[in-house]
Amino acid sequence: MKRIITATVLNRAGVLNRVTGLFTKRNFNIESISVGHTESEDVSRMTFVVNVEHDNAAEQVIKQLNKQIDVLKVQDITDQAVVSRELALMKVASTPASRNELYAVIEPFRATIIDVSRDSLIIQVTGESSKIEAMIDLLQPYGLKEVTRTGTVAVPRGTQKAAAKLSSII
Amino acid sequence: MQTKEPVSTGAQMNGADMLIESLRRENVDVIFGYPGGAVLPIYDKLYGSGMFHVLARHEQGGIHAAEGYARISGKPGVVIATSGPGATNIVTGLADAMIDSLPLVVFTGQVASSVIGSDAFQEADVLGITMPITKHSYQVRNISDMPRIIKEAFHIATTGRPGPVLIDIPKDMAQGDGTFNYEGEIDLPGYQPTYFPNQLQVKKLTDAVAAAKQPVILAGAGVLLSKGSEELKNYAERQNIPVINTLLGLGCFPADHPLHLGMAGMHGTYTANMAIYESDLLISIGARFDDRVTGNLKHFAPNAKIAHIDIDPAEIGKNVPTKIPIVGDAKEVLKQLLLQEGEVGDYTKWHEKLAAWKQEYPLWYQNSADVLKPQKVVELLHKYTNGDAVVTTDVGQHQMWVAQYYTFNNPDRWVTSGGLGTMGFGLPSAIGAQLANKDKTVVAVVGDGGFQMTLQELGVIRELNLPVKVVVLNNQSLGMVRQWQEIFYEERYSHSLIPNQPNLMKLAEAYDIKGLQASTEEEAHAALKEAMETDGPVLLNFFVAPKENVYPMVAPGKGLHEMVGVKP
Repeated sequence: MKRIITATVLNRAGVLNRVTGLFTKRNFNIESISVGHTESEDVSRMTFVVNVEHDNAAEQVIKQLNKQIDVLKVQDITDQAVVSRELALMKVASTPASRNELYAVIEPFRATIIDVSRDSLIIQVTGESSKIEAMIDLLQPYGLKEVTRTGTVAVPRGTQKAAAKLSSII
Repeated sequence: MQTKEPVSTGAQMNGADMLIESLRRENVDVIFGYPGGAVLPIYDKLYGSGMFHVLARHEQGGIHAAEGYARISGKPGVVIATSGPGATNIVTGLADAMIDSLPLVVFTGQVASSVIGSDAFQEADVLGITMPITKHSYQVRNISDMPRIIKEAFHIATTGRPGPVLIDIPKDMAQGDGTFNYEGEIDLPGYQPTYFPNQLQVKKLTDAVAAAKQPVILAGAGVLLSKGSEELKNYAERQNIPVINTLLGLGCFPADHPLHLGMAGMHGTYTANMAIYESDLLISIGARFDDRVTGNLKHFAPNAKIAHIDIDPAEIGKNVPTKIPIVGDAKEVLKQLLLQEGEVGDYTKWHEKLAAWKQEYPLWYQNSADVLKPQKVVELLHKYTNGDAVVTTDVGQHQMWVAQYYTFNNPDRWVTSGGLGTMGFGLPSAIGAQLANKDKTVVAVVGDGGFQMTLQELGVIRELNLPVKVVVLNNQSLGMVRQWQEIFYEERYSHSLIPNQPNLMKLAEAYDIKGLQASTEEEAHAALKEAMETDGPVLLNFFVAPKENVYPMVAPGKGLHEMVGVKP
């Protein structure tokens, strides 16, 4: 079961090490992790997608994160209405002949081509992880040379609908 | 710089002087340490500072001594070790203090900032190595941060669930000057331990107690750490609820109290384990459901509603599903429980059942006229110390026999390596315990295996003339390993027998410590009597039955109700 967990942390030396070390120590599996500054300079926000076997394990992740001195706030936002995005860059083999076709394939994904060379393109796409996976799937036959992904970042929506159960989005 | 007078805020000061001045402000009365290249600037300032420093003979001895000191004094143990090997030598002690929740503030030297990362002489990534086994850690990167960091370290080590905090100090940070300021408020927005419990949960527990038919309290080290023994006794007595101890909780409730059922777990009493198994309400106070306590979780307290009182929220629900979670300081929670009008349930049948078990299945061993039994030695030790000594141990058979037969009736008399199970812990921790309480009899009970891991600390005992009594239960083997090999590995004693032992009497002589030995009960009487009448340190070597096993026992993978060896 995948959970999206966010943590705001003090921007202190070693904090990322502390957090990832904790995942290793407690035997939690990180699917993706992304870190960056928040609106406040000395606070960073980490977004983890973790794979846990049961609710109890997710609860432990959160409690163990909370125990860290440099961690300010931890939230499991899986069951909230969230906006979650990931960015991926993909280098795809392309000849002048296949270029148009590729344009057509990526268009519905609102992806953009950000680099063109004689035998390849670099495509940039943002969206939920499932969308990126769908695109990877589609581009595979053309010769996917390299893929790099940022991991999910997520923010709860301003309005939470009571019935929102959006865990399926990841 | 002269630092004996209080230093004013804003003074320009050398980093090492700041360290010493900060320790003074934290009322540190003893430092356990070992010098080396990277901490030379600190040791230079220690010289003539008037601070009491104990020179361990190995850094591991130093940190275990600090643990013993912390456990008995309730104050944080302070350790200094040099960079590289000095720091790696304290790793065991950090892990031990972390898992057993002992407050330590540990300073490690580090190579100069300019060469960090260059694999310099005696460089090790100590922060990286120790991150998972410290409550928190720092590296000083700006000299003026030193006082703030030290102040925070003491705060973090001693509050909430106590634990070790490490401060890594590059050599140039100790050598250079900065601005000293110790008055600043501690600003740790991510660290706010909960002491005061949620009233709703307290009420829930009170109601559960009233409704219960077969309640039991499992009391652990948290009761000792919060100094809540008196409250526990009052609460258990008022509610008429029986009390079981974890290994680390021994002494937080009097062992001779009629409500006491003994220790739970692998080598606990039959009554304690069966009481947990059959209970309908299990109230855990300051204990963390270690696997050695619970046995197979599938069979753990199958009929009980579990209430868990712990200052560390992460412990609640970690191993055992919890119906009534109460986050808070054990003493504070007990106080709140005592404030509630507690209805006392009718537990007559329950108490009858427990009494019958106690009667039918007491702890047992077969004494022998031919060979000295280790259990007998522990019983005699109880007798000759009036059951009121501070006792420290390593891990293994001797530890279990002390836990079973010393019958601790008072809090803060028991120092043992519980969670980590560290051999070599007993002797050095006795040094710290004795320094924490100079008037008490302190006895280190160790096995011949563990003793040989840290026996160099006899040098400290001699040097300080500490009246520590070191009791070696010498079975010429790694007893617990041997026992498991006997029971679970068809008597293949792979590297657990040590027939080639040093002459401990000569060893005692070499350290200029009185040595006594015994191999019969009569000799044991005489040796213990003489030892307790001796002012200074004594090394006692008891040749005990080499094949004696610890019983009763919950075999690994079994439930608490499946104890073996419950009767002769």
